Amino acid sequence: MKNESDKEYKLTELMPGDEAIIVDINNNALGKDRLCELGLTNGTALRVIKFAPLGDPMEIKVRGYHLSIRNSMAKEIRVRHRCRHGRRHHEN
Amino acid sequence: MKINPSLNLNKEHTDTSQPWLPIIGNPNCGKTALFNRLTGLHHKIGNYPGITVEKKTGWLKGHDILIKDYPGTYSLNAKSIDEKIVAEMVQSWRDKNNRPNGVIVILDSTNITKNIYLALQILDWQLPTIVVLNMIDEAQKNGIEIDIDGLKQRLNATDIIPTSAKTGYGIKEVINAITKIVTQKQKHKSNNESHLLNIEEISEPLKNLTNFLKERSDKISHIPETDAMRLISEYNYIKYLIKYLDVDEINQLKYIIENTRYNFIERQIPYQTIEQTSRFAYIDLYIANLIKTKHTDDRTISEKIDSILTHKILGPIILIGVLFFIFNAIFSWAQWPMEQIAIGINWISTQIEHIIPDGIIQSMVVDGILGGVGSILVFLPQILLLVFFLSILEDSGYMARMAFMMDRVMHKIGLHGRSVLPLLSGFACAIPAIMSARTIENWRDRLQTILMIPLMSCSARLPVYVILIAAFIPDKTVLGFLSLQALVLMGMYFLGMITAVIISIIIKKIKKRNVEHSLVMELPPYRFPMFSSIGWQVYERGKIFLMNAGTIILAISIVLWFLAFFPQIEESKKLSPREKIEQSYAGKIGHAIQPIIKPLGYDWKIGVGLITSFAAREVIISTLSTLYNLEENEHHRVSLIEAMRNDRDAEGNHVFSMLVALSLMVFFAYAAQCMATFAIIKRETNSWKWPILMLIYMTILAYSASLIVYQGGLLLGFG
Repeated sequence: MKNESDKEYKLTELMPGDEAIIVDINNNALGKDRLCELGLTNGTALRVIKFAPLGDPMEIKVRGYHLSIRNSMAKEIRVRHRCRHGRRHHEN
Repeated sequence: MKINPSLNLNKEHTDTSQPWLPIIGNPNCGKTALFNRLTGLHHKIGNYPGITVEKKTGWLKGHDILIKDYPGTYSLNAKSIDEKIVAEMVQSWRDKNNRPNGVIVILDSTNITKNIYLALQILDWQLPTIVVLNMIDEAQKNGIEIDIDGLKQRLNATDIIPTSAKTGYGIKEVINAITKIVTQKQKHKSNNESHLLNIEEISEPLKNLTNFLKERSDKISHIPETDAMRLISEYNYIKYLIKYLDVDEINQLKYIIENTRYNFIERQIPYQTIEQTSRFAYIDLYIANLIKTKHTDDRTISEKIDSILTHKILGPIILIGVLFFIFNAIFSWAQWPMEQIAIGINWISTQIEHIIPDGIIQSMVVDGILGGVGSILVFLPQILLLVFFLSILEDSGYMARMAFMMDRVMHKIGLHGRSVLPLLSGFACAIPAIMSARTIENWRDRLQTILMIPLMSCSARLPVYVILIAAFIPDKTVLGFLSLQALVLMGMYFLGMITAVIISIIIKKIKKRNVEHSLVMELPPYRFPMFSSIGWQVYERGKIFLMNAGTIILAISIVLWFLAFFPQIEESKKLSPREKIEQSYAGKIGHAIQPIIKPLGYDWKIGVGLITSFAAREVIISTLSTLYNLEENEHHRVSLIEAMRNDRDAEGNHVFSMLVALSLMVFFAYAAQCMATFAIIKRETNSWKWPILMLIYMTILAYSASLIVYQGGLLLGFG
């Protein structure tokens, strides 16, 4: 279990319902600064809500609001898995 | 980032005679609603990013204090022209004369940790600042508790006021706070502290730069830590300081910046986002604990609605249904009121003809002015209907979902998901469609969409197509079941669409820059649209159209009347309408441009029609009717077809042929034959550059395409 949760993914590789923590956003990614301003800093938790019907963009929930990100941007975001699909992690 | 070099945004701030405060906030936090509450002037209330694109100013209710509404922005590091308006205004505060008496920063209380980023940037300027926690009712319903005193202390804000701009809660307190600031009953104590977390691995390499700025803080008038970070991360930022430092200092500064960047690169610290990192560290450490959120793991109502509305299969079906419903509404529902307006104008014309004797005055009033007013009013039903639906889509939050679902397709052709509705509306009428393009938040995407819309075959082209097809396209079937006439008509519609796609792709290839902004988009929670807000949006859009675009349309319409009526010669009373128009300026221009339009297969009569139809495309039909000496009656459509079929030139050749008709239809599919479109683009872009560009590019397109059709047809032996 621990090994799996330490594995890093691209945000686009997650499934709807997955929750994860941002490890890093590629420095060369266009619009990284805007993502950071929107609160997608390293260590921020997010949940994948869904992919648009045509597969792009994707919808995520972060800091309590919903954001649509094109896959070309999302694949620059590396995340660490926190919780798979449906099974949600409760801290308290 | 170079967005629009010609932009001069700060001119209006030089007037310091009136106390004023700007309202600044993220998109979608109720900023415009607050503005309306404070000023009593209703404007747009949005539930959708980027809705406030116009600058609005109003007097604070019962006071001599100006409130200025600014476009929604996520940060002062501008990514689009709308955001740049705010960023430049804030930067101008370095000069004391440009400073407002205070600042109103509005936050969405349901989402403070995200919203407060911008507030921290503003608070760093150390001006008296009122932080408005809007949507407090919604936040309370969601179980969010905010430690207001703690927040006030932490932020060093003049006031923190929870409100609900929707219900009016807390507005009185905001007005009080504003008047206290302006009358200086409440003095602001600046503590010169930045709202950034001092992270050693960032502040250490910045030290030299920060110290350099600190020594000149009197001249620069901003927190040195913040300036230092932006100087490193934003390549153009130094331009804001140039005015306040001498040449030696600038050179020194440039040198230090270079060194500092190098320092960051050496330590492998991403210098592009140091401000974001430091601010969110500050937020997570000092702000987050002041906001208590009941831990809820349930899906929100919006997510439940979205499980249907953006569902893989149901979502697109509903989307197409909604689009067709709206399209059908502006296409067919508007018919009846449009006819009533035409009847009304006709009735007034007849009355005036009784009162004013024949002559120049009567003709000017009836054909020039009333004709112009008529062609303005006739757009109103479509505009009001489209704005009505648009406001519902925006305020409810569905518009963002439409964009979410359509983004992939539209992105492929270089446009935004939000371009769908404006482009589709263009098939009904370009005027409301262009007005609806303001829902596209990025200025470049918006402009591109506006310039694409006139290529969609609008309903005014339809009568021209129909009459030419009926007259010159044989009523045959091809492949056994397809009507050739219907195919040609469909072809005209596809021609515009395909051309728009090709042009978009070309522009996409050329521009490439400045694309990052449209990569992310907020999906706001679904909210029930407020009836009063929608009513005011419809009223406001209608008024703007009448006042701004209307005056241009009226002016052009009078010019067109002048061209068709003058010069008046002695015996002109005895002339038939045909002879009158032939010897008018319009007729003379028609003759004069004959050599130019001859290669397209047109004679001077079509030339006159091309000029008069700038009033509106379908006017070419009435112009041709006049030129063929046709009486206006119920048979005139049929007789016009006959007249066109039988018309022969001096050598006895037919003036019209199938090829000429095709060439003319292609010309109408492409040409910018519409003064109202011209006027509305002027209004929406607030510049003559873009409508003139549209006129030129569409005329070139129309001319070349018609030339290819006609000359190609001749070569292939048609004609």
